[in-house]
Amino acid sequence: MALLEIENLVVEFQTASGPFRAVNGVSMKVHEGEVLAIVGESGSGKSVSMLAAMGLLPWTAKVTADKLAFNGRDLLGMSANERRKIVGKDIAMIFQEPIASLNPCFTVGFQIEEVLRIHMGLDKAGRRKRAIELFEAVGIPDPAERLGHFPHQMSGGQCQRVMIAIAIACNPKLLIADEPTTALDVTIQKQILDLLMKLQAEHKMGLIMITHNMGVVAETADRVVVQYKGRKMEEADVLTLFENPKSNYTRALLAALPDNATGDRLPTISELFVDEGAAQ
Amino acid sequence: MSVILEARNLVRDYHIPGGLIKKAKTVHALKGVSFNVEEGKTLAIVGESGCGKSTLGRILTLIDPATSGELLIEGKKIDIAKGDMTPEMRRKVQIVFQNPYGSLNPRQKIGDILMEPLIINTNTPADERRDRAMTMLKKVGLTELHFNRYPHMFSGGQRQRIAIARALMLNPKLLVLDEPVSALDLSVQAQVLNLLADLQDELKLTYVFISHDLSVVRYIADDVMVMYFGEAVEYGSRDEVFADPKHSYTKTLFAATPRADVESIKARLARKKQAA
Repeated sequence: MALLEIENLVVEFQTASGPFRAVNGVSMKVHEGEVLAIVGESGSGKSVSMLAAMGLLPWTAKVTADKLAFNGRDLLGMSANERRKIVGKDIAMIFQEPIASLNPCFTVGFQIEEVLRIHMGLDKAGRRKRAIELFEAVGIPDPAERLGHFPHQMSGGQCQRVMIAIAIACNPKLLIADEPTTALDVTIQKQILDLLMKLQAEHKMGLIMITHNMGVVAETADRVVVQYKGRKMEEADVLTLFENPKSNYTRALLAALPDNATGDRLPTISELFVDEGAAQ
Repeated sequence: MSVILEARNLVRDYHIPGGLIKKAKTVHALKGVSFNVEEGKTLAIVGESGCGKSTLGRILTLIDPATSGELLIEGKKIDIAKGDMTPEMRRKVQIVFQNPYGSLNPRQKIGDILMEPLIINTNTPADERRDRAMTMLKKVGLTELHFNRYPHMFSGGQRQRIAIARALMLNPKLLVLDEPVSALDLSVQAQVLNLLADLQDELKLTYVFISHDLSVVRYIADDVMVMYFGEAVEYGSRDEVFADPKHSYTKTLFAATPRADVESIKARLARKKQAA
């Protein structure tokens, strides 16, 4: 059975000029222990579809789907209270901007212990012990002292490690990483990706990597979903996608990589790809 | 080929004043960097955050003075600490910033953004300013219709085009590009890189391209300088540096860059299967 099942997901936002469809009939499945990458440009609806699954969208968004289930349980019909018991515990998310997504008013120790208090019901000593374990697991040196630090005292890479520690605090079955390395340097990016892959393999988590970096996809994913303007253009396992892409859009995306430049100008997506579906 | 830009042993220290409890501290942001760039060529400066590449960018664009060392533009020695800068000298170097959402004034129309450098630096009459802004708009791939619009009406790639157009209004010799494409999507990134290449051919521009994305650097640069903690650890032509990196940091950097070719995916999947 699939961990997360999404069928025909539609997300609409009410705007002054009528409803705007950010996600238009996307379906996907994530299995246990699998790494799925969702690739697309900004505005392709890749983050919004995951936020919809987490129930984190504002009330202005209208979410409909034929099926939106986690571990066999329907997420759409569930009450907000019930959903909160799953989100943060069994499904966790890592956001793009590590420094912006931590609360600057509280120590990182408080923020990680908050998750443990709410979802795991541990006592004070147990929380602290587990927090130190988690900091060790994500490779933060001197964890006992670091727990008392505020986010601004740490670097971007360290903050992202704290975010990962918070996300894996309750041993989630599914981890959603929304552009986890976009704000980081390449050397730190490598460390964070290695860490994510190590944790994923150790805990047999399902991992969804949302990214626009084809290099990150190539380094991490088992299967890839390509999204464009809210629609799914292609789904394939990673080797097939890079070796033999079916959709014209994927082909254009791969050709626009500077690595693949052949002449002295790069081919651009607008030259290579005519949007067939836009006329609907 | 004439050398447009030459730096000899540039040093920049920042002094952090102390107080009752804290001692005064000196941060050595640049520890003696030397290089030169020929006309019409691109020098890429690579390094991680905090390695001093933006400090170098600020010195090159004459925003910050160097603590010691010499900066020569078109063979003329320039020292802004002395305060004898003429507008003609300032006009030779312009900069394009990383984030096009932050570098354009949201209350200014595109036309005004483009004409402002001319108002400040030259005595060009109003109708000529307008003509030159219109020509520049077309040169960077926008149309005259965009002249009276505000920055929020444009996408990231279009804004970066506007920022490039603004930098070119004074016909500079040298353009410092501080991570110009790192905030952009892949497809838009390709368009902006192409635009930069077109403009370089047309206007014989010299670029100093600051970046941490090695795949972009490999595509656009003629020479590459790798910086690490304020020092240039590697400096040479693109082919030299990419084919045979000498310093251990450069090697780490290359190893950390994700590879998107089929062979490396196959190798990774094979490793994974073995581990399982």
